[in-house]
Amino acid sequence: MDWTYWLFLLLKMVIVLGWALLMVPLLIYMERKVLADFQARIGPNRVGPVGILQPIADGIKLLLKEDLLPAKADKYVHFLAPLVAVVPAFLALSVVPFGPITHKETGTGYFVTHVNVGLLFILGLGSLNVYAITLAGWASNNKYSLMGGIRSSAQMISYELSMGLALIPVLMIAGSLDLVRIVENLGVAKGEGLSRLLLTVPLTISFVIYCICGVAETNRAPFDFPEAESELVAGFHTEYSSMRFALFFLSEYVNMITVCALATTLFLGGWKFPFVPETGPFPLLVFLAKVMIGLYGYMWMRATWPRLRYDRLMKLGWTRLLPIALANIILTGILMIAFQ
Amino acid sequence: MPEYLRPYLPIFVFFLLVFGFGAVNLLLSWMLGPKKPNPKKLSPYECGITPIGDARHRYPIRFYIIAMLFILFDIEAIFLYPWAVYYKQLGLYGLVEMLIFLGILLLGYVYLWKRGAFEWE
Repeated sequence: MDWTYWLFLLLKMVIVLGWALLMVPLLIYMERKVLADFQARIGPNRVGPVGILQPIADGIKLLLKEDLLPAKADKYVHFLAPLVAVVPAFLALSVVPFGPITHKETGTGYFVTHVNVGLLFILGLGSLNVYAITLAGWASNNKYSLMGGIRSSAQMISYELSMGLALIPVLMIAGSLDLVRIVENLGVAKGEGLSRLLLTVPLTISFVIYCICGVAETNRAPFDFPEAESELVAGFHTEYSSMRFALFFLSEYVNMITVCALATTLFLGGWKFPFVPETGPFPLLVFLAKVMIGLYGYMWMRATWPRLRYDRLMKLGWTRLLPIALANIILTGILMIAFQ
Repeated sequence: MPEYLRPYLPIFVFFLLVFGFGAVNLLLSWMLGPKKPNPKKLSPYECGITPIGDARHRYPIRFYIIAMLFILFDIEAIFLYPWAVYYKQLGLYGLVEMLIFLGILLLGYVYLWKRGAFEWE
């Protein structure tokens, strides 16, 4: 624990933060281009070569806009809500393992920090997002905001439940809450080929439930109820402008990255890929490639599916995903006992 | 500082970094943006119509039910986490215990379903 350790740590933090901040404009640009392709349009093409600077221009525009506080809004909560949204979103990235542990004695590696309950930490931070949306909806003192905030908080807690239950088979098989250990334990060990092969069945079910819940958790289409523009104008951020709005936007995209990073860690083998060495830049590249595939999936879904009806959304969460997730836990338990 | 808290120290530093980032951004936009408020601009947005009444309305009781159910089921999920992590060591005993636990949970769940807690009409 000398100063080089702390310097290195700080460097890693700045890199992770910088990476996330670079990813967001990139994702916004990518999403607009992907959606344009799906709809046979051109998409942004005015600012910079092929419109690549469009999100940067949008960011500067948002920064220079008037910071509006509605007359009847709760001043402090209105100010606090974007911070409550953005801080947990970024904080979750601090425990994401982008690669293996490189130095056993100090416990450093391709991550900011290595917590032995990393999964719980990320899930806990994910729950905080509900507060941001509820507080924003309530503080604005606007009917649309309030309805959007309450609707989306109900949606998010419902899907958080199924998500939490869908992750349990992973924990049963990996036997750890430590994200690095989960990646390592989920790899096929020698001599247990058949049982591992069978266990892919419950894990696949888990993965599908996780993906549905992940989309609902981040309030993305087809579950984008907070921003159901045809019903609620813009949902909880109707009364938000300039940087306050930008922070909500930022946190949404960072949450998408976190959901994909967690899917990569828990279901897609993290930084591992057959025949790719686990040294140098390779773990990072593999991890990022998997995350990017997940993010493309988000955009694909948004372009393909229409928004659900709210009652159907709640029914899907409570009467479909929840029992399937519970049955999946029992299935995993029986399979693990039967093939021990 | 206890040894087990050491990995959380970087998280705290990261928290300060991220909080600073957010706060500086909000401050910058507050400083750089124009400030020309007027009563029309500051009134809540209701599709251009003069707002009617206060927004802090009563809303359907369904949302309270969902919140209560969430707390109940989420606690069940949290009980499952330590069990799941030690499942390999617990073996058959763990499976039977959890089947009983989930059975009780399932009874409550079926009751809720039959009483129409998940209906939105």
